[in-house]
Amino acid sequence: MSTWITGIAASSGIAIGKAYRLVEPDLSFQKTTVEDSEKEISRFRDSLRIAKSQLEAIRDHAREALGPDKAEIFEAHLLILNDPEIVAPIEDKIKNEKMNAEAALQETTDMFIGIFEQMDNEYMRERAADIRDVRKRVLAGLLNVTIPNPSMISEEVIIVAEDLTPSDTAQLNRKFVKGFTTDIGGRTSHSAIMARSLEIPAVVGTKTATKDIQNGDFLILDGLSGEVHINPTEELIEEYKKKQADYEAQLAEWAKLVNEPSISKDGVQVELVANIGTPKDVEGALHNGAEGVGLFRTEFLYMGRDELPSEEDQFAAYKAVLEGMEGRPVVVRTLDIGGDKKLSYLPLPEEMNPFLGHRAIRLCLDRTDIFRTQLRALLRASVYGKLKVMFPMIATLNEFREAKKLFLEEKDNLAKEGIPTADHIELGIMVEIPSTAVLADQFAKEVDFFSIGTNDLIQYTMAADRMNEQVSYLYQPYNPSILRLVKMVIDASHKEGKWTGMCGEMAGDETAVPLLLGLGLDEFSMSATSILKARSLIRKLSKAEMEKLAQEALQKSTVEEVIELVKNAVK
Amino acid sequence: MAEKTYKIIEETGIHARPATLIVREAGKFNSNIELEYNGKTVNLKSIMGIMSLGIGKNAVIKIKANGTDENEAMNAIDELMKKEGLAE
Repeated sequence: MSTWITGIAASSGIAIGKAYRLVEPDLSFQKTTVEDSEKEISRFRDSLRIAKSQLEAIRDHAREALGPDKAEIFEAHLLILNDPEIVAPIEDKIKNEKMNAEAALQETTDMFIGIFEQMDNEYMRERAADIRDVRKRVLAGLLNVTIPNPSMISEEVIIVAEDLTPSDTAQLNRKFVKGFTTDIGGRTSHSAIMARSLEIPAVVGTKTATKDIQNGDFLILDGLSGEVHINPTEELIEEYKKKQADYEAQLAEWAKLVNEPSISKDGVQVELVANIGTPKDVEGALHNGAEGVGLFRTEFLYMGRDELPSEEDQFAAYKAVLEGMEGRPVVVRTLDIGGDKKLSYLPLPEEMNPFLGHRAIRLCLDRTDIFRTQLRALLRASVYGKLKVMFPMIATLNEFREAKKLFLEEKDNLAKEGIPTADHIELGIMVEIPSTAVLADQFAKEVDFFSIGTNDLIQYTMAADRMNEQVSYLYQPYNPSILRLVKMVIDASHKEGKWTGMCGEMAGDETAVPLLLGLGLDEFSMSATSILKARSLIRKLSKAEMEKLAQEALQKSTVEEVIELVKNAVK
Repeated sequence: MAEKTYKIIEETGIHARPATLIVREAGKFNSNIELEYNGKTVNLKSIMGIMSLGIGKNAVIKIKANGTDENEAMNAIDELMKKEGLAE
């Protein structure tokens, strides 16, 4: 029987294919006494063998796909499986205490995990996670459940998950993953951003996807409407194949604009640029017609690893992006960690309000060792293209001054070492905090540019946690209050001869683009896949008319009125 | 019995990668091979054993091999320690 669920259309397109559940299996068990301990030991050894062959396959795959460095960790995992200091005590427990294998495994590994977690050395504490990882695999073998191995997917699938973390998505093979659907998340959650960067459709926040969808179910994923059809009828599949073809035809139409300027009907040119996370995204940005990079989120360089990335690692990544963009501007945002983004090797204290806490530039100005390394890598890379640097979460001018001072100090240091850097590197700030938007006229005298981060600006202005679904109705990009803040920032920059960009989701939004054009935004930074659609829209709009529209919108009292206004004006 | 003392010079000590290599090397021999550090002795064929010691830079460790192929084992591990830049 065919059923369907709905969620938030987070990345456009239509995918048709088999479901692959990326869901943690239930690994709970009872501690019991066994009669035949010989048999239990052989059951345990079987599960070790299964785990070993799985890990070997993962290691081989990782070596081939990601290089020997990334495969290294699995070598260590394989040794843990064979470790006499772990295996022998487990078998002793089974034999002497008649304990079932699951409990013997748990108790023995718990002891080791305890030892590692108590160590002074951060790196060693992390090793506890390796034991947990290996234990999970052996336990799954004992309980006869499967642990999903997304890196091993070898046929076209649609991923079904509760949520997708950065490390989950890093493991996904882009060739085979045709789309994904999750239980939680919204348009700005990591999973949604990733889907757009991978250019695959996604429906997030379905609440029940993992409950309703089984492995191998046939799915239609409609990233345009937010529907997921489970085991659909032949007729429906045919209908969607047609929709898919239509959508592709539309994409082909937009594709003609790849090398066209982003220019309004009355001849005003703006810049449409891409948000990227890794050097790999450059290719997608270019073939979607990006005129530059408006936001390079450097966090991804820091994620999915065991230690801070070295200056060399970072330099290589920045250089790759700058060279890849072939002289087009590249705005790099310095490390924005904390809040919902954590690093396993950089433990930060738990906070009551992480979004209001010690994150982004606040953290970087405190941990200047981390910050300076990044600045040096950026400066060294600056000679390979047109680099601009912006600092996230700036709340006061002093924060900007302090960050700028460190930047210039590192520039000096490099000069003394005889290492060349670009002459004039624009330094800007993210405007995400209302205090900065309100004081934009003062900031504009010192910064080279602004980039409005709408996701956070909306969250802080509306005092609504964007991870909390119950207050998601307050995520109102077109609320007149937000539009007024945006206007203040743009006007302030123009008064000083500076420019303003926007790098939140709003910049690529159909309803927002006409308003932003009217408000005078200079640079629109968005997911690469939104660029051509936005360009097609801007080419149909008159800047002069949009200015009037924006003026009217600023005088509206609710978000609904603004949406109504834009809908009637832009058809 | 063959034994040798080392002072660790590698910046990050014996972390996962070198530990993996040492354990794999030790596993090739029949002899009992042990590592002594800070009053504790662990089996050199156990990755958890080695890592649980948290051996950092400047640590002084003793490796002992005992068995039919103790000299070959000691030589192989000695070579590896140097090749990996763990000790001089």
